This record gives sequence, C-alpha cells and structure tokens, in this order.
Amino acid sequence: MQGYIYPNEFELRWGLLIVLYPYLTGLVAGAFILASLARVFNVKEVEPTYRLALLTALAFLIVAPLPLVAHLGHPERSYEIFLTPNRKSAMAMFGFVYAWYLMVVLLLEIWFDYRRDLVLTAREATGPRKWFYYTLTLGATDLSDRALQFDDRVGRWITIIGIPSAFLLHGYVGFIFGSVKANPWWSSVLMPVVFLFSAIVSGIALVMIIYLVATLFRSKKVDMGCADKLASFLFYAIVVDFSLEMLDFIHRLYEAEESIEILSQLIEGRLFVSLIVLQIVLGTLVPLISLGVVSPALSKRSIARIPAEVRRLIYLGCAILVQIGIFSIRWNVVIGGQLFSKSLRGLTAYKAELLGLEGLLVAGVLLVLPFLVLGVLVKILPPWPDTELPASPEA
Amino acid sequence: MKSDSTAGPNRESPATREAVDRRDFLWEALKASLGVPIALCIVRVPELHGMQEEGDADVERIYGMGIDIRKCIGCGRCAQACKSENDVPDEPYFFNTWVERYVIRTDGEILVDSPNGGIDGFPPIEEEGSTLRTFFVPKLCNHCEEAPCVQVCPVGATFTTDDGAVLVDEEYCIGCGYCVQACPYGARWFDPVKHVARKCTFCYHRLARGKVPACVEVCPTSARLFGEVGHRANPLARFLRFNEIQVLKPHLNTKPKVFYANLDGEVR
Ligand code: SF4
Ligand code: SF4
Repeated sequence: MQGYIYPNEFELRWGLLIVLYPYLTGLVAGAFILASLARVFNVKEVEPTYRLALLTALAFLIVAPLPLVAHLGHPERSYEIFLTPNRKSAMAMFGFVYAWYLMVVLLLEIWFDYRRDLVLTAREATGPRKWFYYTLTLGATDLSDRALQFDDRVGRWITIIGIPSAFLLHGYVGFIFGSVKANPWWSSVLMPVVFLFSAIVSGIALVMIIYLVATLFRSKKVDMGCADKLASFLFYAIVVDFSLEMLDFIHRLYEAEESIEILSQLIEGRLFVSLIVLQIVLGTLVPLISLGVVSPALSKRSIARIPAEVRRLIYLGCAILVQIGIFSIRWNVVIGGQLFSKSLRGLTAYKAELLGLEGLLVAGVLLVLPFLVLGVLVKILPPWPDTELPASPEA
Repeated sequence: MKSDSTAGPNRESPATREAVDRRDFLWEALKASLGVPIALCIVRVPELHGMQEEGDADVERIYGMGIDIRKCIGCGRCAQACKSENDVPDEPYFFNTWVERYVIRTDGEILVDSPNGGIDGFPPIEEEGSTLRTFFVPKLCNHCEEAPCVQVCPVGATFTTDDGAVLVDEEYCIGCGYCVQACPYGARWFDPVKHVARKCTFCYHRLARGKVPACVEVCPTSARLFGEVGHRANPLARFLRFNEIQVLKPHLNTKPKVFYANLDGEVR
C-alpha cells in the first residue's frame, strides 16, 4: 500500500478469474472472425484453418463462462441473471449475448458446415458410432446437390450474421469495463474497440499456434501459403490494435485529467513489467517487427529470404509472444484498474495465490481445459482438409 | 445491538421495487398463508404493505444526511457505532462509514489517513509546524439519486427504495462485485461470510421504527444530521438552508444525498 486508499478498497474484488474471462471470450471472438473473414471474402489460402478456427471458437466459448460463474459469491443464484435481468445493467446482458452467439451463430454454422461429413460418416460407421453421428445430423440426411447448396448458402448467411455477433460478444465485454465511470483507468469509449481488435489479434495467433503444433503432431506438412497468410493477417491486426491503444494512451496523456498523476504512478510502478515489458515490448513490438521482416506475404520481395522451417518457428514464437501480450492486456485492465484508489491518492497491491478458487492453479486448469475440449471436438468432427472421407455415393 | 433481521429493510420496506417484485410477491404469499385472505393480499399488496408500516406511506419523502465538517472532531464514534449496529466485521477493511483525516501542508502536500476507519483515533501529526490546515471528513454511502451501483447490478439486488435509500437484498445478490467497482466512493464492501455486497443502509431498520441512523445518534457534536430532503421542516432541511453545501465528486453526476457543509475542495 502506498498513499491513501479508501478502507474498503483494501481487498481487490476481481481477481485472476476475471482476467481469464475477457481473455477467453477474446479468443472466441478472434478465432471466429478469422474463420468468417476467410469464408466471406473467400481467402483461399487460409481454408485449411477454417474449420479448426470454428472448433477452437466453440471449445473456448464452452469454457468462457466458467471463470465468471466460479468467481461469484453465490454461483447457485447465477440463473437469476436470466430470470430477472436488470435491463439497465451491462452485465445482465451477458447471458443473452452468450446464448445468442453459442446457439444461433456458432453451433448452427458448424452444423451446416459439417452436415455432409456427418451424414457420410454415419453411413459408413457401425454400432453406437453410427447412431451417434446419425443423431448429430438431426435426421437431415439429404445429400443431393440442392441440399448441399442450401447448406452452403445458409452457412454463408450465418457467417455474415456471425461477424457482427462476434463483434458484439467481445465489444460488449469491453463495454462492461469501459462504462464504469467511477474508474478512470477503465472509463473510455475506446475500450470496446480496443478489446475487439486485441481479440482478433489473439484469435489469429491462437489458431496459428494450434495449426502449427497440430500439423507437427499429425506429422503432416504445414501449408506454408496458409501460414504466411495467417502471419500477414496477424501483422495487420497488431498494427490496428497497437494504433488504437496508442491513441487511447496519447489521448489520456494529453487531456491529463485529475487521474493522470496516479495513473502514471501506476504505469511506472505496479504495472511496469506487465504493461511496458510484457504487453508492449514482448507482446507487440517484437512480434510486429519479426513478422514484418519475415513474412513474404507482406511484400513481394520479403526483406529477408528465410527458409520455410525457420519461418515456421518464428511464426510460432511470435504467436506465443502475442498470447502473452494479450493476456497481459487483460491483466492490466482488470487488475490494473483496481490497483489504484478511487480517491486517486494511493495504490494497493495484488498478490495471486497458488491455491484457492482465485488461485493460479484454478486459472491454469481453466486455461488448459479449452484445449481438452478442442481435442474431443477434433476427434468427433475432424477439421483437417486432408482427412480421408468415405467416398460420397453421389459423387 | 444487533440489527433486527425481521425488521430488516428489505422486507418491511414501504417501497415498491422494480426488479424484485417476484420476491416481494412470494413474501406476501407467505404472509397470506398465515391468515390474511389470499385475494386481499394479491390485489392490495402495496396499500397493505404501507399501512402496516407507517400509516403515512403515501406521503412522499426522500431521506438524506447532512455532515458539517467544521463540527467533526474525528472521534470515530460513528464508525464504531455503525460496526456494532449493523454487524459489520471487525477487520479494518470493512466499513459502512469511516472518518478520514486530511492534513494539508504549507507546501501544498496533502496527507490523508483513516487508520481503522478512525475508530481508534488518529496518530499525532508529524511536523506540526508545516501544517496549513487539517480537518476530518466522515464518509459513507451517498445514497446517490443516480446510483451507478443500482445501474450495474445485473439482477437488481441493489435497488433504490421509494424514500431514496439504496439497499442490497442479501438474499438476492449473486455476489458478482460489479457494484463494488461501480461505486465511485469506495462505499461498498464484500461480506466475507455472507458472500454478498454490503454497504450503509441509512440504518433502514431503525428508520422503520422512527429512529435516526446509529452514527447520527452517537455523534457527540451533532456533526451528522439526518432528515428528509425537501421543504418540510426537519433538521436536514434547515441544514441545507443555512449552509453552503457540497457533495462528493459532483462531476460524476451521481447526485449524492449526503450533503457536506464547509467541505474543502481537496476532498475526494
Ligand atoms: S455511494 Fe456508492 S454504494 Fe452508495 S449509492 Fe452511490 S454508488 Fe451506490
Ligand atoms: S454484487 Fe450483488 S448487489 Fe452487487 S452488482 Fe452483483 S448482484 Fe448486484
């Protein structure tokens, strides 16, 4: 503790679990937006990751509400948020935004995209597996050209609805923080926008990591055209995201409101490592420069000609750094916003514990869980374009 | 002194509340099963409710508090009384009300402290000679008219009664802590036992019995006053009339109903 804080501010109400929540939803939104852009704008190169991105979004979406529910004082009452939502509360809308996104957008899109495969697998399989896949088709087993065209058309429409929905999902999370006028670190109209673009950055990086690592494990060849394209997307997304953050920063600095003094103390002290070192230098500048130098998709003649194997490693390294950077962003917002007193006269401290509900262990589990879910999803719904499908009798 | 839970503000409130209608209804239904004819209960709940309580439920009133900074001697008795009256944990980081001491130095430096909320008194001021002015500021929930905590509560567990008090329904609060973040004044704390958000209630259970809040009652210098905002003759109305009044953080437009006289511009 340093300076004066209101006595009630001694305990930080929102801990590590609430850091996870925007981090996870960000990955969902980002992965989905990547998939959608590829589909709507017909970016052929990244097609190998289209389904993977959808499944990734689903896996993370399933886990995303867990930290939120777990941190409640009374999780058993959480359903009240559906029964008697306070319409004026930003947080009350969470359930609805979430449900809309899960049911209407993600599940539907995946279903339409996979229906043909489901039917074919169901025909091929025997025993309980057959019934399992048959159930997943919901009885819609028509594989005529017309039916497949219909799938494609509907899928495209859902994607088009899905993009603004993904924007909503994460922009909304930003709004939860950005609309708290009591907190000068949070209160900003740019907050939802910054959240959104950092989400896109994190989503692309995540899909890149999963794609590169998974191909390695499946001992397949990485489609370098795809990796290069992803890298260039990542580069552009970081540029936009970083510019927005700088805009926010400069704006605050220039306006120099009442809170500027305590916020500078915060940045120079408590947040120095997580904000300057992790978020800006390691999480943003290093990947930005590396990608700019390495990626051939950015300029016809890339600055340095680098063999594919090395490029792949650099991409992977950048993507991991980006993840660390984005996690730091969420940390800096959620924890940083509670480290200074609303009296603007002092700073407090946060120590994450190892055990306990808000501890590092639980957080670690919640970070690994989506990958396990993804593993199961990938088993059920293979996303790889090179997977041998049972031959379609119509074909 | 313990707060009497059956006379607690949530149930006996003469107020009708938007978000918790369903709970009110269940409560009334329970009462009905104890003898009051069901039909009467459902049809005439609001009137019945009001008449039982005060007999003048239709008279509109808005409660508020006045605090005269010049009168406060920083004895901390208000903070102490509140802790026992409202069953607030003893630890030094849970307070419905607390007293801050401001020391403003000749070189412009401002020192603020509130050791244990002022309950145990304050340590002597260091370097007495360089002190320009010093004063005490009792703080509590401002029962904001435009309360950010009410706005953000996702389930409507935090609500404003008809007489302007901002309360938390402890059986309804899901414990998300959003209100703690939204309050600009640090007036809310999280109950480590009940796992719900808590704060000053203006001693609503005492108001229902015609008493003033505990902090007001124990203040030896009458630095705190309680009454109704508005034209009718009462201590607060007089206070508002004869003093220059300020509220905390007016730029946030929360419209506080705790009014300060002789407040220094440095206080936030
Ligand atoms: S002071 Fe804080 S807790 Fe009290 S009504 Fe205002 S915002 Fe709510
Ligand atoms: S902690 Fe309770 S009172 Fe506060 S916003 Fe959440 S549900 Fe409402």
